[in-house]
Amino acid sequence: MIEFSKVTKSYSVGTRALKGVSMQIEDGEFAFLVGPSGSGKSTIIKLITGELKPTSGTVHVNGYSLERIRKREIPYLRRTVGVVFQDFRLIENKTVYENVAFVMRAIGAREREIRERVPYVLNLVGLDTKSRRHPGELSGGEQQRLAIARALVNNPSTIIADEPTGNLDPARSLEIMSLLTEINNLGTTMLVVTHERDLVERFPRRVITIDDGLVVHDGMDGYYQYENQ
Amino acid sequence: MGIISMKISNIGYLIKEGIRGIFLHGFMSFAAVCVTVACLLIVGSFSCLTYNVSLMVEDLNKTNEITVIIDENLPYAEALSVGTDINLVDNVLKATFKSREEALEEFLKEHEGDEAFEGVMAEDLRHRYIVVLEDNSKLEQTVEDIGQIPGVAKISADYELAEGFSTLENVLSIASVAVIVVLLVVSLLIISNTVKLAMYDRRDEIAIMKMVGATNGFIRLPYVVEGFILGMLGAAAAFGLEWLLYDWMLRELDKVDTLNMFNFVPFEQLLIPMVTIFAGAGLFVGVVGSWTSIRKFMDV
Ligand SMILES: Nc1ncnc2c1ncn2[C@@H]1O[C@H](COP(=O)(O)OP(=O)(O)OP(=O)(O)O)[C@@H](O)[C@H]1O
Ligand SMILES: [Mg+2]
Repeated sequence: MIEFSKVTKSYSVGTRALKGVSMQIEDGEFAFLVGPSGSGKSTIIKLITGELKPTSGTVHVNGYSLERIRKREIPYLRRTVGVVFQDFRLIENKTVYENVAFVMRAIGAREREIRERVPYVLNLVGLDTKSRRHPGELSGGEQQRLAIARALVNNPSTIIADEPTGNLDPARSLEIMSLLTEINNLGTTMLVVTHERDLVERFPRRVITIDDGLVVHDGMDGYYQYENQ
Repeated sequence: MGIISMKISNIGYLIKEGIRGIFLHGFMSFAAVCVTVACLLIVGSFSCLTYNVSLMVEDLNKTNEITVIIDENLPYAEALSVGTDINLVDNVLKATFKSREEALEEFLKEHEGDEAFEGVMAEDLRHRYIVVLEDNSKLEQTVEDIGQIPGVAKISADYELAEGFSTLENVLSIASVAVIVVLLVVSLLIISNTVKLAMYDRRDEIAIMKMVGATNGFIRLPYVVEGFILGMLGAAAAFGLEWLLYDWMLRELDKVDTLNMFNFVPFEQLLIPMVTIFAGAGLFVGVVGSWTSIRKFMDV
């Protein structure tokens, strides 16, 4: 479960990125987080992963209180949250297989587990036949799926995807969204940051709209029309 | 969790990653090992020297001989009888008389070819006793006791030589510590830099590892292994070189007679302290060097 309560976040330069955000995302839920550029979406993600600390208010993520989490607990929090970055952040000189396997190794998984689990998630995202390729030899959509496989492989209870369809054509975007829905159906909490109105309309789910550091709309009734769009 | 529960399969991974890092920057690693070798060689040489000097000082303190000079106004017969009194002093094992003629002979032999001493006559010297002590640690008390005996003019223990060496030992130890500290820091920095380079190459990987919840200890370990291997390679090479160098120095010293008073022990006798010093320094430089270099990359 993710719970923000009256969260504010000021960067050291004085920018007030969040001005009192409250929201709650239940286990197993699927929610979109939308809002204009600079509204504070990435800041929210960084607060969830413990990269940033809230200036005030409380953030609870999967049993951890982020406003007072100890440094050495952060790795264990992060094992419960898989992140898919907009720019993929794949390792170019590792194969598809190794890109996924190495994040399992990073948390001390056994080779035997790795040999079982990696093919399973590669199959889930439809990359099982390309496991020996390098990221550079994949299409944008395939790279995105690899990034999702990597976020998935350590079996986190929550996945956060920052603009997962940003660089993809509409058909590929739909594919990715179907994949994320599928993963959500397997029980993983899903938070998807997006700009794309089409996507939100085709997948009617809860939409949390943020503008200028505040939640301006939160509901199941489709896409919120924010200003300056 | 963490380091303690490390599994066997992970150890293989660590060693593989550590070695990979070394080859990734072959030249830099080579340079780091070379600098480490150079530094450790100097560190080792200073340690050898200090060790030998301290052995010599110990040796000198063991020679429990003192020379008791007899008053020059004392006739020969009376000078002889002083020996009885000396022998009665506590802690004296044996007192041997040495006439001024014998002393002169010895003196001239010692200073053969030295023009400054050519005109020395037996009359310039005094009769003396060579006194062997039972226990060298009571030297001061014994010297005082003998000094009370009438007819004793002066007592010379080998204070000065021993003291000279002691001073040399002290100066050397201080210099050694300074040199060792400086050079260890130098090799630490160079290894740290090499490891930093390896980490810089893999900063994306490290960022992702952090993002998926790898502990700092786990992320660090391959780099610590890398630093450890570099440090150990340097230590092993330096050790071999030190051995060769030391043996060569012994042979050279042997050729020079005047340096005979320097009693260097063969390297074989230094094996244990030297292995300890080199291994310890290699370990310290490698592990601490890599450990400290990593911090910067960990704050993600
Ligand atoms: N490291 C930082 N230092 C100072 N200000 C920052 C920093 N990161 C973000 N900001 C500011 O905080 C505000 C929110 O930024 P954030 O990155 O959360 O926006 P966003 O909603 O993710 O935007 P986008 O859709 O463009 O990614 C912006 O005004 C931004 O300039
Ligand atoms: Mg952003």
